[in-house]
Amino acid sequence: MKVVLHVWRQQRRSTKQDFVQDGRMVRYELDHVSPDMSFLEMLDVLNEQLIRKGEDPVAFDHDCREGICGSCGVVIDGVPHGPERGTTACQLHMRSFRDGAEIWVEPWRAAAFPVVRDLVVDRSAFDRVVQAGAFVSVNTGAPQDANAIPVPKAAADRAFDAATCIGCGACVAACKNASAMLFVGAKVSHFLHLPQGRVERERRARNLVAAMDAEGFGNCTNQNECEAVCPKEIPVRVIAELNREFVRARLIEEPVGKKRVGGDG
Amino acid sequence: MTWLFDFWRSSIGGKVTMAITGLLLFGFVVAHLLGNLQLFAGPEAINAYARFLHERQGLLWVARLGLLAVFVLHVVTGIRLARGNRAARPVPYAKDDTVQATFASRSMVFSGLSLLVFVLYHLLHFTFGLTNPAHYARKAAGADGHDVYAMVTASFHVPAIAIAYAGFQIVLFLHLRHGIQSLAQTLGLHHGRYTPWIARASVVLALFVAGGNALLALSVLSGLVTVAP
Amino acid sequence: MKLDAKIPAGPVQEKWDARKFELKLVNPANKRKYKVLVVGSGLAGAAAAASLAELGYQVECFCFQDSPRRAHSIAAQGGINAAKNYRNDGDSIWRLFYDTVKGGDFRAREANVYRLAQLSVDIIDQAVAQGVPFAREYGGLLDNRSFGGAQVSRTFYARGQTGQQLLLGAYAALSRQIGLGAVKMFPRTEMLDVVLVDGHAKGIVVRDLVGGEIRSHAGDAVVLATGGYGNVFYLSTNAKGCNVTATWRAYKRGAGFANPCYTQIHPTCIPVSGDHQSKLTLMSESLRNDGRVWVPKQAGDKRRAQDIPEAERDYFLERKYPSFGNLAPRDIASRAAKQVCDEGRGIGETGLGVYLDFRDSIARLGKEAIAARYGNLFHMYAKITAEDPYSQPMRIFPAVHYTMGGLWVDYDLQSTIPGLFVLGEANFSDHGANRLGASALMQGLADGYFVIPYTIGGYLAGQRAGAIKTDHPQFAATAGEVDELTRRLLSIQGKRTVDDFHKALGKIMWQHCGMARNERGLQQALRDIPALREEFWRDVRVPGSGAELNQSLEKAGRVADFLEFGELMCRDALERRESCGGHFREEWQDEGEARRDDENFCHAAVWEYTGPGRAPARHVEPLAFENVHLAVRSYK
Repeated sequence: MKVVLHVWRQQRRSTKQDFVQDGRMVRYELDHVSPDMSFLEMLDVLNEQLIRKGEDPVAFDHDCREGICGSCGVVIDGVPHGPERGTTACQLHMRSFRDGAEIWVEPWRAAAFPVVRDLVVDRSAFDRVVQAGAFVSVNTGAPQDANAIPVPKAAADRAFDAATCIGCGACVAACKNASAMLFVGAKVSHFLHLPQGRVERERRARNLVAAMDAEGFGNCTNQNECEAVCPKEIPVRVIAELNREFVRARLIEEPVGKKRVGGDG
Repeated sequence: MTWLFDFWRSSIGGKVTMAITGLLLFGFVVAHLLGNLQLFAGPEAINAYARFLHERQGLLWVARLGLLAVFVLHVVTGIRLARGNRAARPVPYAKDDTVQATFASRSMVFSGLSLLVFVLYHLLHFTFGLTNPAHYARKAAGADGHDVYAMVTASFHVPAIAIAYAGFQIVLFLHLRHGIQSLAQTLGLHHGRYTPWIARASVVLALFVAGGNALLALSVLSGLVTVAP
Repeated sequence: MKLDAKIPAGPVQEKWDARKFELKLVNPANKRKYKVLVVGSGLAGAAAAASLAELGYQVECFCFQDSPRRAHSIAAQGGINAAKNYRNDGDSIWRLFYDTVKGGDFRAREANVYRLAQLSVDIIDQAVAQGVPFAREYGGLLDNRSFGGAQVSRTFYARGQTGQQLLLGAYAALSRQIGLGAVKMFPRTEMLDVVLVDGHAKGIVVRDLVGGEIRSHAGDAVVLATGGYGNVFYLSTNAKGCNVTATWRAYKRGAGFANPCYTQIHPTCIPVSGDHQSKLTLMSESLRNDGRVWVPKQAGDKRRAQDIPEAERDYFLERKYPSFGNLAPRDIASRAAKQVCDEGRGIGETGLGVYLDFRDSIARLGKEAIAARYGNLFHMYAKITAEDPYSQPMRIFPAVHYTMGGLWVDYDLQSTIPGLFVLGEANFSDHGANRLGASALMQGLADGYFVIPYTIGGYLAGQRAGAIKTDHPQFAATAGEVDELTRRLLSIQGKRTVDDFHKALGKIMWQHCGMARNERGLQQALRDIPALREEFWRDVRVPGSGAELNQSLEKAGRVADFLEFGELMCRDALERRESCGGHFREEWQDEGEARRDDENFCHAAVWEYTGPGRAPARHVEPLAFENVHLAVRSYK
């Protein structure tokens, strides 16, 4: 089959002052595309052609090419990871497009994800959010036996549903507000349903939201666009849980370490 | 109190503020509608209701100021969040698409700002009597100075006014249709079994409020409710 | 080259305790003065970086991906073994040890394997404490399943994403240390050389992949956890970025490379669909618990699977290995598949494939039960092939998956270069000639969480902290060489692309050094590879410059190393005149079954670099089997 591509080309890294740099959409025609190719293999073919012609290939992030590492991700015709639900760009196949299709390929667009080059964006904001508290504070050593604390199967399954997040950033890219709440909600939900994670729930909710806000993501307005494009189909339930946990941490839980009112001292 | 301000300034704090103020405002529009539906019961009923409210000046002002505060908070927070959202995506997509977000959810800022304009007009119209002084004058001229029936029917008898009011109810419908289910989600009410019902309920409730309001205006216009002589 | 494995004396059960006691300790107050450079952020690297930082060392961690969470450990699907015996089915540390030694076809070091089996139980405890959501039963306790090559249920799993969940656990631990400032993380940074000062590894040279800058980092020890070299075949189940560069350049600085010919071919991958193919996708081996492998009895039978009656199907694994059936170890299952395809009974358009059929399991357990176990795998298969595995059998074919060979390490995981430690798939230590399913995760985490934190102290205790800085002339010299290599790659401006060369190398390797090898083929490969390499350095085209994000340049450096490494691999395969585990020499077989030669090859072959253009030297570390007696591996 044959396709016409419009690809975002941007040589220099986005800065706060100049996010676009010299970036623009460039049109390419590509022949002999097999329907069995993945979308990224189609980009490989384009790049081989460009290199042979002496042009710079299109830079894009990718690694495992089996939908689990979360490296890849481009916006295809306005939808992150393209038209198939629950599918990363590396697992999207050209058979999802018709012969002669015109396809728009753009990077994730968000202030918190500056473009590094072409379709490559900097998603380190996600790492910083995780560093703020998406973990259980346990050192390597000798924790109790793994079966010492039973975890209801339903709870473990819910935790897993959230933990399956691959950190690709499609939720941010799809959100009309470039909000990261599906990602952050997934982190909170993962630990919320496990007894091991509950110990630090208040601190986690507070710190993750603060870190998320500091990165310049937008705010969730419950449009559920994130859920629709998430390759792991993480439900917006996790955002409700995030909201609940944050309110609990900030408004309901009593602060500790302050003098008691009307105490016996 | 800095903790409260910090809470409000955070992303989720802002959303929760929108949800709580939104819920209060929704409660108000329902009460407002229920009160106004007495128009169908005739002049005595609704005028008595107006008198009942005005005889409790103290409470009325507390309610008014409270409502104003809630309203201002809703608008200010909404504008703050919307500005943050715009800043979060400095470059738009060359080709944009939407998978499942509803039109209502995508137009909240537009519908909200439209409603702000409408509410201001509504206040100028019926509360301050500045846009149509002749109609407002009829209120004062009536029994005990509370002839709301005369004022309202006189206004909605004017096609332009009735149609404008009814038209704005479409905007209100859109705003509430997303707003109600959205506030439930923001307040953390999410349940595999009940969330789809909340979504349906928000359509029904939005339809009730917006439809009820529109019905009032159009009933006068169509003569279903007779204009006070 | 001196190969002292430093295996502690005493019974195998007590060796690790003995070693831990012998090792010198670093005073807690002094730990923060030592800096450890950890290269790689997969299970082994992330676990090591986090654990070392928790102990108080300064740690710098490097990965070429944009985030440490994306290392290829994430793609491991099936599970992780641990000798917990939660099932009461007769499992024990000893049995896991025995199975691993036997599964490795008696080519692994007993002491290391026993330690691995011992530590396996701690890994599960650690992971659960971190919040890894393993599969559970209704009673709230952990679930287990049996996994390729094992007759007990000792595999812990998290749906088909066990590697992901374990890596995210290690990544979370690492992130916590980054947040605390104890680890400095360098993502999108590729290690291009190791810096030796007085024979000790004291730093690395890296390229910042975004800005292109070549930088030096000094430390008191270097830990390589950079994974395997399966991508030498171009097509493999490895991630596109997986490469041999870090270990290869360490080899060229003097680290011994052990058993490079040991590669694992995984039996259950999705067959190749065309020339455009950029990588192969693995379907978890756990599928073999409920799927039955078959081909038509008749060669050239092109009917649809559904139309082939039961009597005309050959369930060849069940037929040949009645006691293990479809769960026969990977090397055996792969070779059996190759054999039936060689007989012309392969299925699909290319004839390179066999069926993996769930019809009987679905009939027995119901579609829902199968979906609960393998839903995500079936989904993935359907996405890639556009076929529905619930209604028609899957097509599978073996593919390169894991490499058991790697840098030689002693019992402390230290390479032949003092101060250079090697963990996980990058080393050679635990799997012998064949790795059992669900053992890679176990090894990576055991090395990172529980071995290196002890053994590195033994080395550091004898070193003066922070003695070497990047102003040492050796750093400038090494960085200069790296810079020169980059310049050379960019200056050629030939006609063929990097991928072109990589594909050509892959074809040579798969044809001559793949599932079955023979002297003639290997000799051919040893002629073809240098010719291809020569052409590469004459005619490769690398666009762009070195001072920017340049993915072609990254690939070029990696392929240049593969072009040298492939030759070593073939040489090793040629010299190992026996069949064992994943290394199958056609000359040494008994009707398709591997024939080991314990008399001459019961050893690890360790290669020493002797300079450009010179043949490497082969050394051996003899392997003693005192606890598991050498026997013919039989799964019949």
